[in-house]
Amino acid sequence: MNNKHTVTAFDEDIDNIRGLIAEMGSRAETALTNAMAALATNDHALALTTAQGDKAIDALEIEVEKLIVQTIALRAPMADDLRELIADLKMSAVIERIGDYSKNIAKRVRKLESRAFVEQSDAIPRMAAITGEMLRMVMDAYARRDVDMAKAVSERDNEVDQLFKELFVDLVGFIAKHPEAAQEVAHLLVVSKNIERIGDHTVTCAEMIYFTETGEHLNQDEPA
Amino acid sequence: MTEATPQPKITARPKITARNVDVFYGEKQAIKDVSIDVTMDEVVAFIGPSGCGKSTFLRTLNRMNDTIPIAKTTGTIELDGHNIYAPTMDVVQLRARVGMVFQKPNPFPKSIYDNVAYGPRIHGLASSKSDMDEIVEQSLTRAGLWTEVKDRLSESGTAMSGGQQQRLCIARAIAVDPEVILMDEPCSALDPIATAKIEELIHELRGRYAIVIVTHNMQQAARVSQRTAFFHLGTLVEEGDTKDIFTNPREQRTKDYITGRYG
Repeated sequence: MNNKHTVTAFDEDIDNIRGLIAEMGSRAETALTNAMAALATNDHALALTTAQGDKAIDALEIEVEKLIVQTIALRAPMADDLRELIADLKMSAVIERIGDYSKNIAKRVRKLESRAFVEQSDAIPRMAAITGEMLRMVMDAYARRDVDMAKAVSERDNEVDQLFKELFVDLVGFIAKHPEAAQEVAHLLVVSKNIERIGDHTVTCAEMIYFTETGEHLNQDEPA
Repeated sequence: MTEATPQPKITARPKITARNVDVFYGEKQAIKDVSIDVTMDEVVAFIGPSGCGKSTFLRTLNRMNDTIPIAKTTGTIELDGHNIYAPTMDVVQLRARVGMVFQKPNPFPKSIYDNVAYGPRIHGLASSKSDMDEIVEQSLTRAGLWTEVKDRLSESGTAMSGGQQQRLCIARAIAVDPEVILMDEPCSALDPIATAKIEELIHELRGRYAIVIVTHNMQQAARVSQRTAFFHLGTLVEEGDTKDIFTNPREQRTKDYITGRYG
């Protein structure tokens, strides 16, 4: 979509929505980074501000939803315009979920009764680093309308899934050896699941970018 | 963007088959190499900017362009496999089989009854008064007008509202038992309620008649048709399932037009 609409106010509406989604993505990236930093350094103050920051993402989602409904009603979009607005609606919903997961991770930092696993393993930060990188890439792909980049993000999720499986085994094994760390491990199981879900939602964003640009569904042939 | 002429979708037994149709107004070529099929089971919408040739092409389908002395049509247009431009073709009979509804409702300055009875009378379709009464009632019923006018059939057709006049014109077209109905922007002079009634009527008539509608209103094309053809500068740029044309058109020119990036 390079050329402008005859009704330029339509372009302004779409630019406005894109700007808000970019802001949501950027805030979600920061939330994940800060939640992981708080976990690594046991920084309770950072954990608290990260959790509180989620409200801004929630408010942006409501704003995006309102603007999209309004634009559909007033502009009667067609073809790629329509696909983009539907895709944007779905993206804003999953980015909001990414914010929720990051908040959830941050809240658990303050609840950990021990830090035995956290201090000795880099598996969770490694998984979060890949997921964070995927999120950055997908927001870049969104800004550039880059279908190849979106595809690359989607393919990277396999790595996250594999890490999650290994981590699950490690965490369960850790409880067996260190029963005193059961409470910590229970929290870390949820944290790692949250990170894995952030990866999935990032893939949804990639799929929406692909759908907007091509009208086709990415990953359609994959088994459920 | 492909430069080749789009090939019509292969469908079962088309009612109308147009192949490589060119239309000239004097030296000026208004239609360039258009090929398309129209089948009985669907409403086909022609869309495109003003001057793109969509109405000109519609008018080739029942030889309405014959009324313009400088117009010349080449290529082949067949109705049930018979060339409608053959010298033996009876044009009056053709226009009974391929009826037309125009942009501006144009009832005759006669009673509602006589507006509908006019065609059957000149084509000798009714052998008695009761036959004619039945044709008039059935046509008005199919046009969704019977309950509104059954008690005032002797009133003038021109005294009705615009929307009713247009439905009367549809009843008039239906009365001669056509196979195809061509509609040239039938709602452009109507308010949204009257427009909705015509659209509902098109929906009900689908299947009984092959219907081709020219419209400037893309939402209308999306609402009433199963297949859409986009014309631009006299060529048929793209035709396909309406749901595909409006969600994922193949051609850049179609996309620019339907998303409002034209001109």
